[in-house]
Amino acid sequence: MSGHKMIFSGLKVWTKGRSRPAWISRFHDGMNGRGKASFSTCSPKVCIVGSGPAAFYTAQSLIKARQDVEVDLYERLPVPFGLVRFGVAPDHPEVKNVINTFTQTAKHPRCSFYGNVNVGKDVSVKELQQAYHAVVLSYGAEGNRSMGVPGEDLAGVYSAKDFVGWYNGLPSCRELSPDLSCETAVILGQGNVALDVARVLLSPIDILKKTDITQPALEALAESQVRRVLVVGRRGPMQVACTIKELREMVNLPNTRPDMVAADFEGVTEALKDLPRPRKRLTELMLKTAVEVPGEKEKRNKASRFWGLRFFRSPIEILADPDTNRTAGIRLGVNKLEGSGEGARAVLTGEVEDVTCGLVISSIGYKSIPIDPSVPFDSRKAIVPNNMGRIEQAAGLYCSGWLKTGPTGVIATTMNNSFDTARSMVEDMDSGTLDVSTARTGSQSICALLGKRGVKPVTFSDWEKIDIVEMRRGEATGKPREKLLTVEEMLQVARKNN
Amino acid sequence: MALVTALRRLAHVRLREYSWRTAAVTSSAGAWLTGQRSFTTGTHSLRSDNKVTVHFINRDGEKITAKGSPGDSLLDIVINEDLDFDGFGACEGTLACSTCHLIFDEDVYKTLGPVTDEEMDMLDLAYGLTDTSRLGCQICLTRSLEGLVARVPESVADIRQSKDGSS
Ligand code: FES
Repeated sequence: MSGHKMIFSGLKVWTKGRSRPAWISRFHDGMNGRGKASFSTCSPKVCIVGSGPAAFYTAQSLIKARQDVEVDLYERLPVPFGLVRFGVAPDHPEVKNVINTFTQTAKHPRCSFYGNVNVGKDVSVKELQQAYHAVVLSYGAEGNRSMGVPGEDLAGVYSAKDFVGWYNGLPSCRELSPDLSCETAVILGQGNVALDVARVLLSPIDILKKTDITQPALEALAESQVRRVLVVGRRGPMQVACTIKELREMVNLPNTRPDMVAADFEGVTEALKDLPRPRKRLTELMLKTAVEVPGEKEKRNKASRFWGLRFFRSPIEILADPDTNRTAGIRLGVNKLEGSGEGARAVLTGEVEDVTCGLVISSIGYKSIPIDPSVPFDSRKAIVPNNMGRIEQAAGLYCSGWLKTGPTGVIATTMNNSFDTARSMVEDMDSGTLDVSTARTGSQSICALLGKRGVKPVTFSDWEKIDIVEMRRGEATGKPREKLLTVEEMLQVARKNN
Repeated sequence: MALVTALRRLAHVRLREYSWRTAAVTSSAGAWLTGQRSFTTGTHSLRSDNKVTVHFINRDGEKITAKGSPGDSLLDIVINEDLDFDGFGACEGTLACSTCHLIFDEDVYKTLGPVTDEEMDMLDLAYGLTDTSRLGCQICLTRSLEGLVARVPESVADIRQSKDGSS
């Protein structure tokens, strides 16, 4: 035990990950055939369900905080990184830089990745708990909130989650092939996902074709007839959920003109001075866009595409074309606000308004779904009830990321909340609340179990084969990457013998 | 100006990519990377005599002193010197994360030069934002910044915990 500690005391610097000292790679090559260290007894074994930012930040923090802990990540898909791969917009490659740090974590001698393992189906949470000292659920929010209005199932209505999954190559959304032959699209919700979708719908194809957007999506968008995108919110300009970066990108989108309703901004100027800086700057930018100086407007007059924010509107019904039974419009209820500021409530006035559109994308929020009946779940908030990441009434079970907090916040939010969870775990290990004194079998027994069930995990070096193939395919068309679109194809590449 | 910023960002990304590749032991484009490396090293050794000293106050309140070359960003120093600030610089200096948030004294803040809208946009998402906050990846060292003190703000958890403690 003390021997292990001495060996690892030199590992302090790994996170910053400039050049990793050569002796570390030598060291872990020597450990066993797969290049991962396997320690016999008494190192705390932790498994994390999921491999998105929350999973990786939790792993990173744990490995750093304790020199003896071993962390295994189980991911349902053959490829890692969750929403960084499948959620972050293709024209935001900078955000994806976090993958470099995640890769270093995954390659750490005390971290292993097991892709293609569906926890809850291939292996149960109970089984994981038996094999590990602690299990962290970090599988995020893969469901979406439904609007609960008539017509929601019509052709031409999509959830933003699926639409984003489609252009980002999420295998389960491959078949979506949204119909983009209409002129107007209505997006419900005004968060960053809504603006991502609006931006992708309106971006010049020359911009998109240099990103890692999927080829089918690129082709569909090149043919798209969508000229006008309305981003609709229940409340007012002072309550929008997007952040200013995304709004500014819309304002600056080439060949596109903002089209706002100046009346929506009544009284906003007066309220500005009392706002905290972030909300104030966001509102000012909106205001400026809504009541643009005439010269600016002329300059943009040549624009052939439009986008606009629409406020104080709730969806009442999706209207169908009686002949085709496809989406032909949306009926919106007009709201008034009760109260003010962030806490203001939208209340229907009874007045309605119909908007003609062939495409409706609902972006009113992601939602976590329960993974296993043995894990407590708050279905109203759609999170796992927890105290600083400790799942209530379930010793040895923890959570991080959106499953812990609900689906909000930027990458830094998830990072901090994951560090928090790791801190709780280390505290529990130190205090003995989490008993790590008896040895656990960890991945050894889980892999045996999976083998018996015919499940073959994808390792991190398998993923690197996929990564190389994707980048090579991208190179051919001037993209950073051309993603593999089906699980079968991913597995095929992963299993190739170099 | 915009072009300069863009070029600088590009250089940042390249450097990061380079270091990451070293760790990942990737050999493709090796020659190019080696070129990059010797160039960088050369620059550093040439300028080693006029390094700029800066001080960071970490989340535990400890003062950490480090040196960088003129032109380096504060994020570069954190990385080059392996300073251990959890989660610092997640987007690798591309103005997409706000995890390189630093807080300065007012008189120092005034000497740091203008802030772009884009930096302000990201700063607005930073925890514990103050009127003298900046993003470390956007501040380049000059000789006149010798002795500068930058405070790494507390994370959310720290803030929440101290709140809980006082209530
Ligand atoms: S490192 Fe991400 S904004 Fe500075």
